[in-house]
Amino acid sequence: MPDLKTLAERAELEPRFTGGHSLCRGCGAPTVVRTVLNSIATPVVVVNATGCLEVATTRYPTTAWGVPWLHLAFENAAAAASGLETAYRALKKRGAIPDEPITFVVFGGDGGTYDIGLQALSGALERGHHFLYVCYDNEAYMNTGIQRSGATPFAASTTTSPSGRGDYGKHQERKDITAIAIAHHVPYVAQAAISHWQDLSDKAARAARQNGPAFLNVLSGCALGWGHAPADTIEIVRLAVETRYWPLYEVVDGHYWLNYQPQNPLPIEEWLSRQDRFKHLFQVENHPHLGELQALVNSEWEQLEARIQADTPWFEAHPELAGARV
Amino acid sequence: MLKSASLVLLTGAEAAAEAVRQINPDVFPVYPITPQTPIIQNFAQFVADGAASTEIINVESEHSAMSAAVAAALAGARTMTATSSQGLALMVEIVYLAASLRAPVVMAVGNRALSGPINIHADHSDAMLARDTGWVQLFAENAQEAYDLMLLAPRLGEYPEVRLPVMVGMDGFTITHSAEPVSLLDDAEVRGWVGEYQLPYSLLDTQNPITVGPFAMPDSYFELRYAIEQALERVPAALDDLTQQYARLSGRAYQLVEGYGLEDADRAIVAIGSTAGTTKDVVDALRQRGEKVGLLELRLFRPFPAKALREALAKVSKVAVLDRAMSLGASPPLFAEVSAALYGSPVQLQSYVYGLGGREIYTQDLEQVFAELQEPLGPSRFIGLKTQEVDHARSENPS
Repeated sequence: MPDLKTLAERAELEPRFTGGHSLCRGCGAPTVVRTVLNSIATPVVVVNATGCLEVATTRYPTTAWGVPWLHLAFENAAAAASGLETAYRALKKRGAIPDEPITFVVFGGDGGTYDIGLQALSGALERGHHFLYVCYDNEAYMNTGIQRSGATPFAASTTTSPSGRGDYGKHQERKDITAIAIAHHVPYVAQAAISHWQDLSDKAARAARQNGPAFLNVLSGCALGWGHAPADTIEIVRLAVETRYWPLYEVVDGHYWLNYQPQNPLPIEEWLSRQDRFKHLFQVENHPHLGELQALVNSEWEQLEARIQADTPWFEAHPELAGARV
Repeated sequence: MLKSASLVLLTGAEAAAEAVRQINPDVFPVYPITPQTPIIQNFAQFVADGAASTEIINVESEHSAMSAAVAAALAGARTMTATSSQGLALMVEIVYLAASLRAPVVMAVGNRALSGPINIHADHSDAMLARDTGWVQLFAENAQEAYDLMLLAPRLGEYPEVRLPVMVGMDGFTITHSAEPVSLLDDAEVRGWVGEYQLPYSLLDTQNPITVGPFAMPDSYFELRYAIEQALERVPAALDDLTQQYARLSGRAYQLVEGYGLEDADRAIVAIGSTAGTTKDVVDALRQRGEKVGLLELRLFRPFPAKALREALAKVSKVAVLDRAMSLGASPPLFAEVSAALYGSPVQLQSYVYGLGGREIYTQDLEQVFAELQEPLGPSRFIGLKTQEVDHARSENPS
């Protein structure tokens, strides 16, 4: 797995993503992009869905990208990657390009992945294109001003699911996009978080080596949308992992493996209380929703643990397929 | 003069599939829809039989078909696709991007009515929906032209001074599903004709990375849109060159704006697609009776050939413009274009809308149009519209 030195050297040798862009202070997206791209050994070609990352890194005539980069629209990044990957195979077949490996990487936010881009993602996963889809998940439509998405957690306040005198924020549980990706029978699916860069780097490197589609759902962060100081992004994402809200796990050929076991799981309040989007939950009338959210986290963790236990014998038989424990 | 040509009985869709097989594009992303489907079915069989080496991507929607097509074309792959009606409507967001990103994708369109109500038959509503996208739009008159225009399209789209996507329209069922004798070129001739796909840049060139599809602010957007307009202005010259080359190869000399009997005509019809073919028969019949009538057939709709149209109609006194689409609440699209092109000229115009949703148009309808041109002109007329049914509907649902 790439260590910190290797990542730094790669970033130095071939800057795949450079500074000078206009992403906000404390934004998690560039951490996702740098860690993923510097962990992939082959040349890469990037497709970007419409969103913060695209807007802030390619204001014409400037670009932050040192690799080939394509953006078409919001909902079709996976379809565009299908076209690139197929062109690559077709041109290699007729000898028009050298027979050298290229990794195709898509970056989409949660809106472009869970919601408007879900159909194109599903089609590309089902067709088996050889590409890596990375969702940088900051749990709402941040680019347009913090509107709720299918990734927004239960009870979070956003500009279209606001808390108010008679309301507690988003009424629905967030969609489990990782499970949806797994249901496509692709070789590799994983959840990662920017707080655990070594785990993310390892997963990106392993995902890129699959002979088929791979999907990474990475918990990013948005200081503006979550409501905290820009310097606290990584720490708050770490709390999402330590509270078991965001488990770090991977699914190899349909088999579940846990990459990180919080030794002393923290109550969900430890994560919620650091973010303005959950501030209203600490008012007396909303206390029941705090309990509901903790119950959701507990129930999801138990389901995941059961799957992981069931697959332990499979990984004992295939130890080389298990990722590192961090 | 026909050179090494053979006549085969083919529908327009089969002829288009033959053209695609001979071109043998690198990538063909596609989603099924009537009446385009026989194009992709026939072509998929060619690939399965080893008669073409194209990578077909059976995408999950037309939106993804166009998305994959634009990406593949910009990766350096010759890319074609096909659609109709709702499919074109669904993909239109990315149809705009194909032109903006200068991706020379070729798309066969089996022209079909748009919903609602849903209808699978011929009209030009789908193509007219995409008329402002920056694509070159060609229309075939019959199966032979569907074949020939499909062969012209990649050369035009990839023409260095143009580099734009090209749409080849063929009336649904009337052309796509009707068998006619078609003259095909040899496979080797087509291979020589289309040559190698060459773009000066590629998204697969990792040594020379490019950023494609960036974010343009008010300081640059206007100029980037204007660049598409300039590329479209170079299409007529490119077409002159290519149609001359194609005539030498095939023996078929195409005029993208074709006058038929216009030399001494006092009355003329302007039409697009299969109805232009029917009109030619009517012109022949009426001229035998001594009537000075003619036809102006447009095979090129975008860029709109205003100059050629003005020249062709310079001596005609009355012109009927036949639209197989409406622009609800305004003049029909072709009529609006012809009116603008003839602004300030003494030519008198009459608008007709016909054939929506596959409503048949007969030779007697076209004879009637020529007859009506002798009378005082008036507001838009609707050929074959059952007005009593419209009146009935209005009485049931008073607005």
